[in-house]
Amino acid sequence: MQFYVQQALNALQVGSVYALIALGYTMVYGILTMINFAHGDIFMVSTYFAFFFSTALLATAEGLHPVIVFVATLLTAMLGTALLAVVIERLAYKPLRNAPRISAVITALGVGLFLENFMVAFKPVGPAPRFLPALIPAVNFNVAGVFVSTIQIVIIVVSALVMVLLDAIVRRTMVGMAMRAISWDKFTVPLMGVPVDRIISATFALGASIAAVGGTLYGMAYTIDPYMGIRIGWWAFISAVVGGIGNIRGAMLGGFILGFVEIFTPVFLPSTYRDFVAFSLLLVLLIFRPTGILGRPAAQKA
Amino acid sequence: MHHPRFLPLLSVLALGSVVLGACGTSAPSTIRIGLNVELTGGIPVVGESSRNAAELAVKEVNDAGGLEVGGQTYMLELVVEDDEDKAESAAAAAQKLATAGVVAMIGPNASRNAIPAAEVAESAGMPMISPWSTNPKTTVDAQTGEPKKYVFRAAFIDDFQGVVAAKFAMDELHTQAPAVLYDVASEYNKGIAEVYRRTLEENGVTVVAFETYTTGDKDFTAQLTKIIAAGADSLFLPNYYSEVPLQVQQAHRLGFTGAVMGSDSWGNLELISLCGADCEGLYFTTHYAADIATPKAQAFIQAYQAAYGKVPDDVAALTYDSFGMLLQAIQAAGSLDREAIREALASITAYEGVTGTMEFRGTGDPIKSAVIIQIREGAFHYFATANP
Repeated sequence: MQFYVQQALNALQVGSVYALIALGYTMVYGILTMINFAHGDIFMVSTYFAFFFSTALLATAEGLHPVIVFVATLLTAMLGTALLAVVIERLAYKPLRNAPRISAVITALGVGLFLENFMVAFKPVGPAPRFLPALIPAVNFNVAGVFVSTIQIVIIVVSALVMVLLDAIVRRTMVGMAMRAISWDKFTVPLMGVPVDRIISATFALGASIAAVGGTLYGMAYTIDPYMGIRIGWWAFISAVVGGIGNIRGAMLGGFILGFVEIFTPVFLPSTYRDFVAFSLLLVLLIFRPTGILGRPAAQKA
Repeated sequence: MHHPRFLPLLSVLALGSVVLGACGTSAPSTIRIGLNVELTGGIPVVGESSRNAAELAVKEVNDAGGLEVGGQTYMLELVVEDDEDKAESAAAAAQKLATAGVVAMIGPNASRNAIPAAEVAESAGMPMISPWSTNPKTTVDAQTGEPKKYVFRAAFIDDFQGVVAAKFAMDELHTQAPAVLYDVASEYNKGIAEVYRRTLEENGVTVVAFETYTTGDKDFTAQLTKIIAAGADSLFLPNYYSEVPLQVQQAHRLGFTGAVMGSDSWGNLELISLCGADCEGLYFTTHYAADIATPKAQAFIQAYQAAYGKVPDDVAALTYDSFGMLLQAIQAAGSLDREAIREALASITAYEGVTGTMEFRGTGDPIKSAVIIQIREGAFHYFATANP
């Protein structure tokens, strides 16, 4: 029993990060019907914003309360990553808004490769893996034979809060309403006076800042390196498709499903079956429910 | 189309450069040595250490006026290729070096890169010395099972290291329920994990958990939870320095309190800076210990420290020894012919290197002793020696 509770906790930790990244894929798809394949690498860059800011902060101001260090790092990473995503959208995707969709997808792959290789070549980053400095003290608790660390609690709780917040933004604010309107009908909405370009920028900024939350949380538990976005990006992308791409609650659900696949595959099968199980799940789902678990059948107008 | 008019001019230019090139090679004053190492990819510090030691070895010879071979003095020139820590890039880099006029190739270091590169070196007839590869397959022909003709190494092989680690686990750690977590997609990790398990089981100790992961994974909690649930009292992690800190940290967070040990892939100070307090008191088997150095090793450590400001790790020491063996062989051969150099390398019976005395008995694998290191107060300390 303890064994399965422990594994479920492990899965929640991994799934939270996937869910946060999957949100960025799904939001951009919802509004532009474009898969932003650079998103995994934008997530990677966000961990370096967190790394450099927290290193500098801890070096200049000693004795800060861990909560202040954590929140300041989180906000800086969110801001930096949001700016990066808006710049990428303006420079690389906007000129292709009316080009065939495949052009934008290939451009996104190119942007991803650029980010990876730029970070490898950029001297202060380089190819070596590293840990974020300790933002909050890591303390272990033994709860009836199940081990929980403060880091694990922070990852799961902060992710859940961010998801609730995002859900509220999309459902209850004007920006959220405009996003939903554009994804519903992007030809009529501009005629109603909705500033489409600004809303698209806002979507990229929001998706990237959520990825930055994921990046900061991830960096507290794992090492970061310039190629980390590839695998995590793929898994988050599958999460978004499994949950129903374009659907925000679907992305969250998909993230947790993939987290459980990642952890429970090695429990029953050799660990090398992980990707096999994840991609099989994707294929089977695409055959029987092409729009994903929570996705609505596309009411595409010709 | 006006282009054809330029063709005669172009041909003359091309011919000129061929003739000039030929003049250049008729009286070579340099010996080109290839270096095929992991400068980018998963273990960049390994490539950096290797390149540092290679540059130091070359500089020492050149500063002393060059290398005398067959009555003529040559300067050394290093041709560096990055194998990106990928099997296919390592083979491509070996191919490139084979046609770049190098007398021999040093590297790659990780077995997953050294094995494919060795295939290329063998078929191209280019002598190769891998400083750090410990997997037996590097020097053995996959088809015939015979030793490869052109491939040598400066490190001991995993069969020996796996046995040393298993004996240490039994005799010093007194393990009753050992567990292993290793990268199943990497030749080195897989080879050593299997020898470790076989040796323990031959001695009547059952391995309670034998768990795998794939290169690049960062979350090992699923496997570690299984290992802990199996009641393991020791954990063997024959994995690379970039992944070990995560594994140790996650094991501790999941409540593992048993002994942890590793293999020579740990031997990089980067491990300590990534791992911090979590790696305090852990053990690993490796090639040399800087704190029990011979006079020859001390001279190398001092020169390396003066040049790069840090203590050389085992990759650096083994790379330096690889160059030492190669230069000795070139001098013994008395020519720059690859075939003659191969013969000379194969006939080295004992080489006194920075990492100890190496003895070759008809294969490319040296016979040498291993040391066991303990991590204490953020540094590597000599703990014991294991002889073959």
